[in-house]
Amino acid sequence: MSATALELAHKIRSKEVSALEVMETALERIQNTDARIGAFLSLTDDALSRARAVDAALARGETLPPLAGVPIALKDNLNFVGSLTTAGSKMLERYRSPYNATVVGRALAAGLIPIGKTNLDEFAMGSTTENSAFQKTHNPWDTTRVPGGTSGGSAAAVASGMVPLALGTDTGGSVRQPAALCGILGFKPTYGRISRYGVIATASSLDQVGGMARSTADLAALLDAISGHDPLDSTSLEAKPQFTVALNTSVSGMRFAYIKEALGAGNSSGVALALERVRVVLEGLGATFSEVSLPSLAYNIAAYYIINTAEISSNLARYDGMVYSHRSPAPDFNSSMSQSRGEGFGLEAKRRILMGTYALSSGYYDAFYSKALKVRRLIAQDFARAFETFDVLVTPTSPSAAWKFGQFSNDPLAMYMMDVDTVSLNLAGLPGLSIPAGFELQEGKTLPIGIQFIAPLLQDERLFSVAQAFETATSSEFLKIAP
Amino acid sequence: MLGMFEPVIGLEIHLHLSTQSKIFSSCATNYYGSEANTHTDPLTLGLPGTLPTLNAEAVEKALMFGLALNCEVEGFTQFHRKNYYYPDAPKNYQISQYDRPICREGFVMVDGERIGITRAHLEDDAGKLVHPGYAPYSLLDLNRAGMPLIEMVTEPEIKSAEQARVFLGMIRSIAQALGISDANPEEGKMRCDVNISVRRPGEALGTKVEVKNLNSFRSVALAIEFETARQSKILEGGGKITQDTMGWDDGGQKTYLMRTKEGEADYRYFPEPDLPPLMITAEMVAKVRAKMPELPAQKLERYLSLGIKESDAQSLSMSVSLSRVLDSALQGYTGAGQNLVNWLLGDVSGYLAGRELELEKSKLEPAHLRGLVQLIDAGTLSGKMAKELLLEVMEGADPHALVLERGLAVISDPVVIAAAIDEVMQADPATVEKAKTNPKAVNALFGPIMKKLGGKAKPELVREILNSKLEG
Repeated sequence: MSATALELAHKIRSKEVSALEVMETALERIQNTDARIGAFLSLTDDALSRARAVDAALARGETLPPLAGVPIALKDNLNFVGSLTTAGSKMLERYRSPYNATVVGRALAAGLIPIGKTNLDEFAMGSTTENSAFQKTHNPWDTTRVPGGTSGGSAAAVASGMVPLALGTDTGGSVRQPAALCGILGFKPTYGRISRYGVIATASSLDQVGGMARSTADLAALLDAISGHDPLDSTSLEAKPQFTVALNTSVSGMRFAYIKEALGAGNSSGVALALERVRVVLEGLGATFSEVSLPSLAYNIAAYYIINTAEISSNLARYDGMVYSHRSPAPDFNSSMSQSRGEGFGLEAKRRILMGTYALSSGYYDAFYSKALKVRRLIAQDFARAFETFDVLVTPTSPSAAWKFGQFSNDPLAMYMMDVDTVSLNLAGLPGLSIPAGFELQEGKTLPIGIQFIAPLLQDERLFSVAQAFETATSSEFLKIAP
Repeated sequence: MLGMFEPVIGLEIHLHLSTQSKIFSSCATNYYGSEANTHTDPLTLGLPGTLPTLNAEAVEKALMFGLALNCEVEGFTQFHRKNYYYPDAPKNYQISQYDRPICREGFVMVDGERIGITRAHLEDDAGKLVHPGYAPYSLLDLNRAGMPLIEMVTEPEIKSAEQARVFLGMIRSIAQALGISDANPEEGKMRCDVNISVRRPGEALGTKVEVKNLNSFRSVALAIEFETARQSKILEGGGKITQDTMGWDDGGQKTYLMRTKEGEADYRYFPEPDLPPLMITAEMVAKVRAKMPELPAQKLERYLSLGIKESDAQSLSMSVSLSRVLDSALQGYTGAGQNLVNWLLGDVSGYLAGRELELEKSKLEPAHLRGLVQLIDAGTLSGKMAKELLLEVMEGADPHALVLERGLAVISDPVVIAAAIDEVMQADPATVEKAKTNPKAVNALFGPIMKKLGGKAKPELVREILNSKLEG
């Protein structure tokens, strides 16, 4: 399925191809490819009947919604009525959702058809999708390597051409980083621009739904469909962004700046080259490039992991085996709850629950949680100051291309450090878009490299102008389906 | 002689707010008497992915309560998560308030004494574990989970069991007058914990003990008395009070140790990330203030100004149902208010008590009560006749209609009375002659005249007209 979502929608609408054929092709591709990749945890029951319904509506002469009949993959922490919704955890292994997340409802209203639920790190905690309780997802560019995470299944599904679009969630880079490692576009909006209702919470103040695609126009169409205010999410913002209209805005005169703290020795040579490439291309389109320092980013990872684990320790408390989650029988409820949690949660979940519980405990709250909130404010201030002078900030999305399975398995701290470029946006609530901007050859395999563009709060659309300009100028050279 | 110990008491009161939907979702609240788990939704069940949205009605009712308690309510207020594990808490945390409660620093006057209110905050209630007799398991009912609660805390300024009881009655009547809560302890809609320490007058505060499981105002008073005695005895014997949590054993009428301070949970409060802080503006406060109904204290003053006896005015102002009927009956009534009050607190209340009926469930129309009293005031009905009619008026009958229908009215028309007198006088001229000189003979005429009038004439009026005729 090399066609983009918009091409498919157009072909279906003009009856060049039926929605059923599109869906069957996608399912066939999954059949043929996914044994090697492991992107999907489950396929939805009604994708074919939904496709037939699109064809029937078209035959009746009805006006179709903009993305009618286009298959989409959903990360398995998004509630979709009737579907298994596991969050990658044994805790919810057999849990079927009784309601739709707002984003899923909106995707359906736009005509998108959920084809399946994709793999993720358990409760979206990790950087490689290796923390899934169920399976490994392989990077389509080199199956000995990780796809990134936590939305690794969604990224791999789009990158390998199984679907043109996918939804993920991004708590500290979980959409942008796997997009970068799999060579596709991945966008996290300003906090509050997309409803979190129905999204299984990881860390509530950091979580945002994001989109993944292989073309900027596709990503814009997806975001137009799912963004905007939702009364069911008290943290959702009023103003509705307009992504597609931003595609044609020129970057000429736009002021870009690299974040100094994200440059240097920590980055691979391929990453350094890609950073240089985006400058050359965008300067060629009339943009300017500088460098800016955000000193508070030194405390970025520490603050992030305190806030992240504190919220996780509370958000994951509800999985106690009493009503719907994995249950281990015992003579009394305290033992049953402890056992259920002991059996149901994986190692990383337990690690974060422990750390978060500790950080919130009386006597430690001020030293950890309060201080982390202060750092969070400082980081937001540093960004705000940088945006007084610059329109868009630039960093790598990840310090390197995809790495091997197990590389950081015994060193959680080293793994956490790989999130250094992405987590600050979640702390500050800023929008970020990872754009494929290069390749790096390792052990005879071509691995994609992503560059992250950051806009001020509520200036999400600006990033789509940048991505479209880069995509056009480079003739989509870096937006290829994995071989 | 070391002197007596006095108790120092603070109360922690939970009230269920009477809102249409639960505090953080659109789930209906009218679960009382319903089957288990019929009033739930994804949020109430704590399903993955659900998010709380704050009920505006709960906020308004909390603000109204705060204003009635003279609290500071303007400014920002915030929710926190209170983390603890228990099967009746579907999320294993409660959404409560911590350092920015919605109501802060108020007071209530109780018989001329000021009782400080430390704070009142909003939170969600938990579900309920049900333990079927002899079954080796417990069952979970989440109907109550997510019910809006207001928790208010007083300063340690209550001085006796009696004052605590009066204070609780006052809070209940304020809540009922505002219409923010049924404040009904039997349905678990008003619950109270007691913090109590003892000291000798003038000494610093002693170590406090918390008493839980108090399910009526009476048990609050009994627990205070019990704890005052228990703690005094320990101190008199040279012992020390430990900061424990006690339970109240209603059967044994005593407190028992529930847990010691070491057993206290660390709730790991932190700001609820799913609910942004809420700014309470002066405008919002003004809007709520404009909607405030009359409070018990204001009612009391109004009744006193109407000349109603103080003890009656007290009980009327504390009762939403009595005052509602009285106020409605007072509309257009020109007589002394006390006349209505006497009937309401006397025969009406007696009627209800005899039948264990609540006023709001009886069919009494305030306008009918007014009508009854007006008929007495006008002399149309005697007190005795009115009492007989009350039975039907309590069933919804209109006293005016009854009087008309049955010709019950006292005959006070002098023309009608004079005609009856003339008839009797003409029929018995001999007695008339005797009566002209012998006042005792007048009664021989009076009897037949009253009989002719069916006994419904005003006797004084009959005598007056008869005398003037005998003189003339």
